[in-house]
Amino acid sequence: MVYHPMLRYIVNRLLLMIPTLAGVAVLVFILLRMMPGDIVELKLLAEGGGVDAATIAMERARLGLDKSLWGQFWDWMGGLLRGDLGISMWTGRPVIDEIASRLELSLQVALMATVLATLIAIPLGTISAIFKDTWIDQTIRLFAIAGLAVPSFWLGMIIILTLLLTFNWIPPLTYVPIYEDPWHNLSQLIWPALAVGYRYSAVATRMTRSTILEVMQEDYIRTARAKGIRERIVVARHAMRNAMLPVITVIGLEFAFLIGGLVVTEQVFNLNGLGKLFVETVTRGDFTMVQALVMLIAGFFIFVNFVVDLLYAAFDPRVRYR
Amino acid sequence: MSATDAGTITYTVPKRRHPVVLFVTQQPLGAAGLVLIVLMLTASLFAGFVAPYDPLAVDYESMLGAPSWAHLLGTDAFGRDVLSRIIYGARTALVVGLASSLLGCTLGAVIGMVSAYFGGRVDMLIQRLMDILLSFPIIVLALAVVAVLGKFVVGGIDVNLIIAIAVPMVPKVARVVRSSALAIREMPYVDAARAAGFSDRRIIFRHIMPNVVAPYLIMFTAFIAQAILLEASLSFLGLGVTEPTASWGLMLSGSSADFYQQAPWMIVFPGVAISLAVFAFNLFGDSLRDWLDPKIKL
Repeated sequence: MVYHPMLRYIVNRLLLMIPTLAGVAVLVFILLRMMPGDIVELKLLAEGGGVDAATIAMERARLGLDKSLWGQFWDWMGGLLRGDLGISMWTGRPVIDEIASRLELSLQVALMATVLATLIAIPLGTISAIFKDTWIDQTIRLFAIAGLAVPSFWLGMIIILTLLLTFNWIPPLTYVPIYEDPWHNLSQLIWPALAVGYRYSAVATRMTRSTILEVMQEDYIRTARAKGIRERIVVARHAMRNAMLPVITVIGLEFAFLIGGLVVTEQVFNLNGLGKLFVETVTRGDFTMVQALVMLIAGFFIFVNFVVDLLYAAFDPRVRYR
Repeated sequence: MSATDAGTITYTVPKRRHPVVLFVTQQPLGAAGLVLIVLMLTASLFAGFVAPYDPLAVDYESMLGAPSWAHLLGTDAFGRDVLSRIIYGARTALVVGLASSLLGCTLGAVIGMVSAYFGGRVDMLIQRLMDILLSFPIIVLALAVVAVLGKFVVGGIDVNLIIAIAVPMVPKVARVVRSSALAIREMPYVDAARAAGFSDRRIIFRHIMPNVVAPYLIMFTAFIAQAILLEASLSFLGLGVTEPTASWGLMLSGSSADFYQQAPWMIVFPGVAISLAVFAFNLFGDSLRDWLDPKIKL
């Protein structure tokens, strides 16, 4: 049988994702069952009043927590395969609804941060590489390395503080989808996007600079120069195009991590996104919710990784698929 | 007259300079980072002498005081001196940062070397396991570990927090060390050691380990920076260091957030402290990499 090597590569990679995801599932499942505390007691106590053993037992049975670990695991896996994420143990609402209502917000912030970071990083990184070791390069490098050091949640606090002290204004506190009121939406979400985007752009700027520097050493750059092509064209056509792959990789991988990075920043801006949901559910021990969230985040990360590798293979003929 | 007199050759032996001197002259930025690190270390070691006040001393007379000569960086909502809390916070950050980085990098290095040395199925199994750990965002993994382990405080420092911060480092270090060790495994002297009948343990620790010291050191410094950031984030979320221990992340959470407008110094200075510390370790780590092995990618 003859397959296109690219196709075989894609199928192989997709098949390899299955054991990794299964491993993630097992790990999360085990970690959660090792957690001290019990959601049923926590929840019933939070609702107030005396709780007797019979009520606790009934609630446990209702949530399926009275089954053996195997039983619980198979229940969860069976649900997952049918596309059923279960019911949140804390709120009683379907997990999928709880996640969907927050995914929109987090995804928008992440996308905005990505666009901001890319717009800043690619020109800055390129300029830095062209003017290597001059004061321009040093300034940009300082900007980038500072971006790695400043915690994004603190940057968020400083942004709010600055807005408050200079304009006596704070971003709106209620979330409105962008298609309902774009101005309201953007004036709320641009700030967290900036806060997480700085670090993001710093990572991408450093990557752009180092790959452009690397590419400029290549023979084809010397050839292009020898042909008498103007330096601007050499950089734009020959260097930047070839340097973009690693930069795309970093942008893609950081995007996947951004969903996690929002965990802290969402608290600062009081945004009801995935990150906030994750912190809340982990501290409550809401098994079904944490399991679903972790599978979602890890699955997303693995998928982005896969897409990045695919882009590599598709755009760079020198990359051979194994 | 002896023959040697006629043909005396004089040459100067190049002056052997101490590696620290070489590093400082070749990597001025890294040296600047190193100076900051040493300053921080000294301040936190001698916090009792350096800090003007007891970081836990509550003083209701001077709540939310602006920076002044008595309190250089102001006071917080309990009248505690912000500067003193930052100095003691450096102690927390450095202890957690150094300990978790040491733990995470050492564990990762051992796993990476074992994986490379034995190869085959062992390698395959370890790599899959590392892949699983790598598919969690750092903070998500750390949060999960914190939630599972709970708190185990020894001398004001939560040991389980250190473990939680170390866990996400393990797969990254293992991956880098494995790739370095793979090349070394093929070296003739490793074959020779094996032929001489040395044990696997001896070959790993005596023959392979010295060759992965450079990547180890580079990652160790880089991950201290990451650990300090992570500790601040977790403490900020209320899942890391807990009151009354002084911690930079903790100083940014709770009451500080309620007094944004009246007392901005409460949130400005601890953040500057975190940024400076991370900046210093990044600067030093970057230069160390350029100096030891520029090819290593983290």
